[in-house]
Order: sequence, then C-alpha cells, then structure tokens
Amino acid sequence: MITAIALVSFTVSPDMPQAKVIKFNQFQSLEKGANTAGNDTTYIFNFFATWCKPCVHELPGFEKLSAEYKGQKVKFTFISLDFAKDFQDKLIPFIKDKNIKSQVYLLDEPDYNSWLDKVDKSWGGSIPASIVINTKRHYYKFYETEMSHDELQTIIAPLITQ
Amino acid sequence: MKKLIKPIVSVVLLPLFVALFMMSAKAPADNTGYKIGDKAADFKLKNVDGKMVSLNEFGSAKGFIIVFTCNHCPFAKAYESRIMGLNAEFASKGYPVIAINPNDPTQVDEDSYNNMKSVAKTKGYKFPYLVDETQEVAKEYGAAHTPHVFVLQKSNSGLVVKYIGAIDDNSADETKVTKHYVADAVTELLAGKEVSVATTKAVGCGIKWSAK
Repeated sequence: MITAIALVSFTVSPDMPQAKVIKFNQFQSLEKGANTAGNDTTYIFNFFATWCKPCVHELPGFEKLSAEYKGQKVKFTFISLDFAKDFQDKLIPFIKDKNIKSQVYLLDEPDYNSWLDKVDKSWGGSIPASIVINTKRHYYKFYETEMSHDELQTIIAPLITQ
Repeated sequence: MKKLIKPIVSVVLLPLFVALFMMSAKAPADNTGYKIGDKAADFKLKNVDGKMVSLNEFGSAKGFIIVFTCNHCPFAKAYESRIMGLNAEFASKGYPVIAINPNDPTQVDEDSYNNMKSVAKTKGYKFPYLVDETQEVAKEYGAAHTPHVFVLQKSNSGLVVKYIGAIDDNSADETKVTKHYVADAVTELLAGKEVSVATTKAVGCGIKWSAK
C-alpha cells in the first residue's frame, strides 16, 4: 500500500481525495481490505471510464448514494479504466466536472486478459461493472451492468450496519 | 369447421411464428454468440462503397479476420492502425480483415454510415468496412464491444471460429505490446496448427444496441 500512495498523486481539491494511478496488485490490496474477516463496512467498487457513456450516466446516482450514506459504514471506490496517458487531461477534469468526492483510481493495466478473470470470472469485459462486498454479512456480488441510484440502494441498504 | 383452419393458421399461428422468429433475432443474453469451433454464418452487408459484401465472394481466402469496430470509440481509434496492419500482413496470405460497424448511429453520430465512408477514405482502408444496420450479424456472432475480433478458418464444412477476443495485450500503447493475439492466431492457422490462445478477454466500448 505504501507504493500505492507513493505513486502518482494529484490534488484535485481540498475536500476531495487524491486521484491516483494504480497497478492491479494495488487494486487487489484494496479488495483484500474489503474482504478482511469481520469487516462490516459495505464496499462498492465501480469500474468506469470517462469515454463510456453508460458509465458516465450511472456515476451521479452512485455519488448521490455515497453522499446520502455519509458517516455510515459504506465506502465507494471508483476505478477508472481510462488510458494512463489520459489521467491528467481527461480523468482529472472529469472528476472536477462531476464533483466526485469518492476515491478515484486509474487502473493502469492495459492487458485486460491478464486480470479481468481475477476480478471476477464472469466478467465479459463490459463496463460499467460494480462489485459490492460486505464480508461480515458474507455478501459478494459482481454486477456487469449499469445501475440506477435506486437499484444500488436496494442492494446495499440491507447490508449497512447502523 | 374445416374452413376455419386456414384463417386460424394465418391469423393465430403466423403472427406467432413471426414473433418467435423475431425473438430469436433479438440481442442474445449474456454468454451467447459463437464459441471456438462453432460454424460461423456468412452475411451480406453494405460496404462504404455502397456495394454489398459477403464472405463467399472471397474465393481465394483461407479465412477471415472479422473485426467489429466503429469510428467513435477510443479503443477502436487506438487500434485503427493495428487493424490496417493486420490486413496488410495477412490479406495476401489468405486472411483479409473484414471490419464491421454494428453501432446504432442514432446513439452516436460519429458512427454514421457517412462518417464510416469518410474515415475509410481518409485513412485509406484497404479492406471492407461494412455497416451492420440491423445489428443481426453482431448478435449472431456474439460481439459485445468494439473492437472485438473473430478469426474464422475456411473448412470443407464452412467457416469455423478459431479465435475470439482482443487484438493484442496493450490497447493503450502499441510499442508495449508483448502478445499479438490475433496475428499469432492467424500465423498458427497458416502453419496448419491449432490456435494456442483461442480466447482472450478485453475491455472495449460496449456496442450501442438499438432500443427497437
């Protein structure tokens, strides 16, 4: 994780977490954190790209939900599959423009065939895709589809520990 | 009673058959479409020069590199010169590239037929760039995103699917490619071998399916 933090990082705005470029093993560390036994936080990992129309359409609903559950045990993480060369010119302006307050990472792993299966065997390669994890409640599910605010809320509401 | 049968057939059964046929022609559910070893269907699609193109017209071809691609997608753009390169390398050896744009242009202007024509002309495509207006071919093959490649090999019994997936292992940077999936597959087929990596997964722009 230290290497993840040491990697490229840029300040977006004081109230937003820094967006970072990460490699697959760093994504695995994030997921491992979510999978730690007894962890009662609900994690939502959302794979998107700035060029992906349904992803861009889906994102505000997720961000709204994240704001609504602020202070509760819910963590949204957005994983961008944009090209690493577009980090500064496309992703950073996008985060500002959409006012994304959740953590955003750009996963710089262009050999998709080497890792898509490791995220989830069922993943055909379409985005948006999301993973919902609540280890304490033994919940893990991979969704290869666009979800609305309400659809995601229906999934996560029963998982969230008050 | 006998007189009634015919009208019943046409009034009740015919629409039912039509409905069944239309259902089978709709977008397939996940994980349908061709798998390795399946027989691939020929098609008749309009090229950027206005002429209809079918695979059976390529008498001397040993097979085909079918690439579902489009104009607007950043991945398709990143791969454009590599798609042209595949045709330059393999068309003369019997495996021409056949590019097909399956996107609904009402959803993305850039993928219109007119723009296909101008892209093909500007870039100097030396292979057919076909429009899959009804999206039937993309559905039949099981194409999911652009670019999405299907390598077909001619056999006595028809066209056989030999490779499905990505062009290579680095969409972002051609200079960092280490595995040339499609080129390797075709090279193996030309050498009379089986394809060692027959399927790969890739992220791409999801095909813009028409809502109809």
